[in-house]
Amino acid sequence: MQFTINNKVDKVGIEDRIVRITKRSLKSESKLAGLKMVLGMIDLTTLEGMDTVKKVQQLCYKATHIHNELPNLPNVAAVCVYPTMVKTASNALKDFDVKVASVATAFPSGSSSLKIKIQETKEAIFNGADEVDMVISRGKFHSGEYNYVFDEIATIKETCGSDVRLKVILETGELGDYDHIRFASEIAINAGADFIKTSTGKIKPTATLPITLVMLEAIKDHYYNTGKMIGMKPAGGISNSKLALQYLLLVKETLGDLWLDNHWFRFGASSLANDVLMQILKLKKGYYQSNNYFSKD
Amino acid sequence: MSSKIKPLKYHEKLNFSPSLENTNSLSLKKEYQLFINGRFQKPLSNKYFASINPANENKIAMVAQANEKDVDLAVNAARNSYESHWSKIPPKERAKYIYRIARIIQEKAKELAILETLDGGKPIRESRDIDIPLAAAHFFYYAGWADKLDYAFPNRNPKPLGVVGQIIPWNFPLMMAAWKIAPALATGNTVVLKPAESTSLTALKLAEIVQEAGLPDGVVNIITGPGSTGEMIVNHLDIDKIAFTGSTEVGKTIMRSISTTSKKSTMELGGKAANIIFEDAPLDQAVEGVINGIYFNQGHVCCAGSRLFVQESVYELILRKLKDRMQSLVVGDPLDKNTDIGAVNSKQQLSTINNYIDIGKKEGADIFQLSCDLPAKGYWCPPTLFTNVSQSHRIAKEEIFGPVLAVQTFRTTEEVITKANNTPFGLSAGVWTDKGSKVFNLTSKLRAGVIWANTYNKFDPTSPFGGYKESGHGREGGLHGLSPYLNIE
Repeated sequence: MQFTINNKVDKVGIEDRIVRITKRSLKSESKLAGLKMVLGMIDLTTLEGMDTVKKVQQLCYKATHIHNELPNLPNVAAVCVYPTMVKTASNALKDFDVKVASVATAFPSGSSSLKIKIQETKEAIFNGADEVDMVISRGKFHSGEYNYVFDEIATIKETCGSDVRLKVILETGELGDYDHIRFASEIAINAGADFIKTSTGKIKPTATLPITLVMLEAIKDHYYNTGKMIGMKPAGGISNSKLALQYLLLVKETLGDLWLDNHWFRFGASSLANDVLMQILKLKKGYYQSNNYFSKD
Repeated sequence: MSSKIKPLKYHEKLNFSPSLENTNSLSLKKEYQLFINGRFQKPLSNKYFASINPANENKIAMVAQANEKDVDLAVNAARNSYESHWSKIPPKERAKYIYRIARIIQEKAKELAILETLDGGKPIRESRDIDIPLAAAHFFYYAGWADKLDYAFPNRNPKPLGVVGQIIPWNFPLMMAAWKIAPALATGNTVVLKPAESTSLTALKLAEIVQEAGLPDGVVNIITGPGSTGEMIVNHLDIDKIAFTGSTEVGKTIMRSISTTSKKSTMELGGKAANIIFEDAPLDQAVEGVINGIYFNQGHVCCAGSRLFVQESVYELILRKLKDRMQSLVVGDPLDKNTDIGAVNSKQQLSTINNYIDIGKKEGADIFQLSCDLPAKGYWCPPTLFTNVSQSHRIAKEEIFGPVLAVQTFRTTEEVITKANNTPFGLSAGVWTDKGSKVFNLTSKLRAGVIWANTYNKFDPTSPFGGYKESGHGREGGLHGLSPYLNIE
């Protein structure tokens, strides 16, 4: 199969659409419902060279005890770590409905051989990863080797099997135009991605609303062509509730009700959860609390 | 697309709670007078009419109805101030006043937006983000030209015309007032302006702003009343020019009335714009453009993209995307910040629109409407589209001025150019394609005053606006908008 760029994206039009979304206003009950939804969609993430077993354990505790005072809050969707930390996370989360996601395939650059990428993926799964977040080979994409990019994703999906969900990180900050982002989304979806994801968080710009819209439209067209749903995960730079709610509205107005669910939509974020909690408490109590009341793990 | 795949649903999760604009900043009088010679005066007619909120049919205020004597007073005031003062002061002094008006509009933007929405039914999002900012921008832009007319028209000795009569429509009340008044003042004319009967209030707020800006008495006169008041302005012997925005029918009547006089004219009339989507277009953004093109301001837009032409190879795809996108449109209280489609401007306009919807059905076109709850009171029309339409259908030929789209297909570029031009109107058009050469080919062959490529309904004071054929003559906006208010050698 030979890939060609077919679906065009107009920059001005995409950005105009986002302006409409950012003018939406979520108040009172709908805001509370949205905030809870956001909380349950978070992939609580730590991806640092300085990560330690203790740090990951602390994060996992946070993931499962999001706030002690507030009843009926959902847990976050997953904890996202490096492969070496999967075992730690898996042990910490074994009694909870919080998934373990592991980045793999020479994250974040993806610059390694396929053999090593397969091996890394296997290890992550063996150690207990429920989900794998891989990166695509951006260099190959830019040099027009689309089949290489496709095959690599397909191979990693094969390694994952049907039980482990594969999120494919496009690293949109390195792809350039929206046309490229749309095209890379199509390659990933057709190669077997369960989720498409914007960014590693290591390259700026990270996730943006317009980039997410381009990817959601690719998911939508795929749904209408095949009936198959693909998940979406914007990651990086989403650190406050207002922005997170705008992402939800974008999903609401593009893909609709089915995707407003943490099985199909996630946020890759490290500091978003506390801001969401602060906003939920503000809605309940009528005033803001100091951020010292929210645990920083 | 396989027929087994279920259409996406958009209405079960995360629905909007009410989010109403706070109306505390609005101050309203119970009764509005005529603004003549710098003062608010009771009408000699002693008559008033009610201004109605089309979203709930409540009376907002009573507005004075000018008769022939009132019109005479206004024109005389404009003439006196023109002769004695306005035509004599240095152009940069004129600019100073126009800048002041622009700044005060910005200061009062929130109040003006709320009033525009209450009086006309348009969503607060539009009056806040489009109408009012554009009105201010227009004054800012033309203020800049006031002392540069000799550079705009070098060696042609530009001179003002004198007193201009301006009659504006109800679809963009304050913005249209700005489009008319700003260039007229910048070029040194004085003004008698009449807003539409159903939407007089923001023009009267503008009169207060004119007062606050300290404009010399009589430079701007704003008088209110029905069509007959407009007729009196048109036929007044001491008026040098008529600038009209409104229906083609009324435009024709005005042109007949002034045909035996030396009055100049600018006419910005109806339209039935073609919005053309080629198969190589950015389709999702094209769909967004179609939505903006026809459902903006409840379709009460003379340049609305009311005829959609889709290349047959992408017809099903576009229709699916369009219907999905329509699901997210919010119809309801215009003061709610999430409202996309507000109230139809008047009972009369609603019956015109509904009449066309009936005609479309009777002519055999297929109707698709957003199913949504409409408020019990007020005038409402959900976003509507017709498919299986041909050039011969009345809904594809006549201006509806409502949220009603007629969708047709085409096969080749030549075919769509022929169809797009096959109308008595010629105000605007839209072209959607990723191919630059195709854009330029179409823009040179479509007979329309404004053509948007890969966007729609974008306005800017620097860009001229106006029509061909029965969509009118003369241009508003930009450098082109100066000359209709000048005698140029």
